Amino acid sequence: MLTFIAMTMVTAFRVLGRNRLRAGLTMLGIIIGVGAVIALVSIGQGAKEAVRAQVATMGTNLIIVWPGSTTVAGVRSAQGGAVTLTVADALDLKKKVPLLVDTGWAKRDVMQVINGNKNWNGPVNGISPSYLAIRDWSFTGGGPISQADLEAAARVAVIGQTIVDNLYEPGEEPVGSTIRIKNVPFRVVGVLSPKGQSAQGTDQDDVIFIPFTTAERKLLGTPFLGIVGAVFGSTSRLDDLPEAVDGIREVLRARHRLQSDQADDFTIRTQVDIGKVQEGASETLTVMMFAIASISLLVGGIGIMNILLVSVTERTREIGVRMAVGAKRRHILMQFLIEAMTLGLLGGLMGIVFGIAGARVMTTVAGWPTIIAPGSIVIASVFSLVVGLFFGLYPANKAARLNPIDALRYE
Amino acid sequence: MSLIVCQDLWKVYRLGDVRVQALRGVSLTIEPGEFVALMGTSGSGKSTLMNLLGCLDTPTKGHYWLNGRDVASAGQDELADIRNRQIGFVFQNFNLIPRTSALENVQLPLFYRGLPLREQRTHAADALNRAGLTGREQHFPSQLSGGQQQRVAIARALVAGSAILLADEPTGNLDTESSREIMAILADLNRRDGLTILVVTHDSDVAAYTSRELLMKDGQLIADRHRIPAELPTQ
Repeated sequence: MLTFIAMTMVTAFRVLGRNRLRAGLTMLGIIIGVGAVIALVSIGQGAKEAVRAQVATMGTNLIIVWPGSTTVAGVRSAQGGAVTLTVADALDLKKKVPLLVDTGWAKRDVMQVINGNKNWNGPVNGISPSYLAIRDWSFTGGGPISQADLEAAARVAVIGQTIVDNLYEPGEEPVGSTIRIKNVPFRVVGVLSPKGQSAQGTDQDDVIFIPFTTAERKLLGTPFLGIVGAVFGSTSRLDDLPEAVDGIREVLRARHRLQSDQADDFTIRTQVDIGKVQEGASETLTVMMFAIASISLLVGGIGIMNILLVSVTERTREIGVRMAVGAKRRHILMQFLIEAMTLGLLGGLMGIVFGIAGARVMTTVAGWPTIIAPGSIVIASVFSLVVGLFFGLYPANKAARLNPIDALRYE
Repeated sequence: MSLIVCQDLWKVYRLGDVRVQALRGVSLTIEPGEFVALMGTSGSGKSTLMNLLGCLDTPTKGHYWLNGRDVASAGQDELADIRNRQIGFVFQNFNLIPRTSALENVQLPLFYRGLPLREQRTHAADALNRAGLTGREQHFPSQLSGGQQQRVAIARALVAGSAILLADEPTGNLDTESSREIMAILADLNRRDGLTILVVTHDSDVAAYTSRELLMKDGQLIADRHRIPAELPTQ
């Protein structure tokens, strides 16, 4: 049996080799289909992975609570328009929602920052000391803002890499230097390691952190003390996020004295929610791509069937001879099925090569991140084999059912 | 034991609305080692009889024992097996597989028998040698003359070690010289190796090599003559 398959494959290759152009054109549908799938899947995977990496830079198991819109005398303000979230909320959440490992808070504004003769307009965030840990920020130099800094409303700052790049000469040491924010001098105590772009495409390294108390008392100004821009929390396990969200909602509704018929005056988002929005786009792309691939595999399969029908007709006499010398129907069936599968698989392999090449070109020319998924290669190979098998069945069966006498006499 | 015993073989075709009685009660016995010519005009039923004897087809009615086995009722796969092991075919138009070497063409019956590749090659080379075509194993049919192609076909019929060789107008596409060579090879195989051969022909020069002549007309055997075969031409 193995000898039979091996020799039949040799025959199949010989037959295909005899009609290279024909075989090539037959396989074109499969080549294009598989190539498109491989290229698009790798682009899709690359995009997905990039989004996942960006979302991961936000922190670990992060929950963000923003003040919601509020309706005052029928006038609805924008999200964040309500001044409903406070430092007290954040502290109480930590106490009353045990799933939260820690909570932090922040308040931001864009301000002029000056170092020597250089200046920059960057977002200045007043934060609680816990904030940097929750957001998974690490340091390339210096250290974080301490609880003592917060209590003393110290004029200390931690700055991101983009700020360093724009305010300092290359080689100049930022830690220990003094910068002026809105003309108030701050001592730089730490430099953050870069995070790159956020999932929304903003530069996460373009950032300055100062103690929350310093921000509200000395820079931003505030009608009431303790109003925050957002509250941040994190859980130790990803699976705890939904339950923690429910806990936060309950505590905040109670604290804000919301009646059961009133809407939340805050918005809760988890890292998972944010990732989902981004991935939704690539899901659509994936569905489209599989539709395209299915169509071209179908067309490719019909091409294989067509050329095999021609081949069966052309080789009717040969089939007759094979039957006369003792080939059984299953031998003839196998011979044409193997030819069909060889066409399919060969087309698939060429498609894979073209797909990978296409993905590489996309990366070098357009700069799109691509990931060649081994799974997609295996699936593409199996699919092209199955397409060959499926569309080869009819012609192969037609060949196997030939009457040996008629086949021998065929002109 | 007789090699071939046919008893009242009938073959009826339907061609559209018309029933064609291609064979009408043929009874026939062939002993091992016979060299038989089957003659008759076209439409006499000799091709139909040859197809039945070659197990390419089954009779509508009647019995056919090949080597003591009733094959009239055998299934498709059984018939394929019988063709593979018991019967060697030689056709008028050679029927070699194109763009496939002489050796591989000869290997074909052994390939379907499932023999290991090495054995297939050894036996095939041996058969080509017996058919007088050594040194052209790797030639394609298109690179061989008609006579040489027919020798490849004979080798293919020999390689299976068949009990009987059925030759359908083996010299029909050959010039006189090649015809004579092919008939000499067949006669030689018959005399020296005792191979049973049935030649279908309408050429009395070809029939002259044989020791028995069957004549068919309208689907029936009308004559069965034994005779002393013509002298072999010197090779």
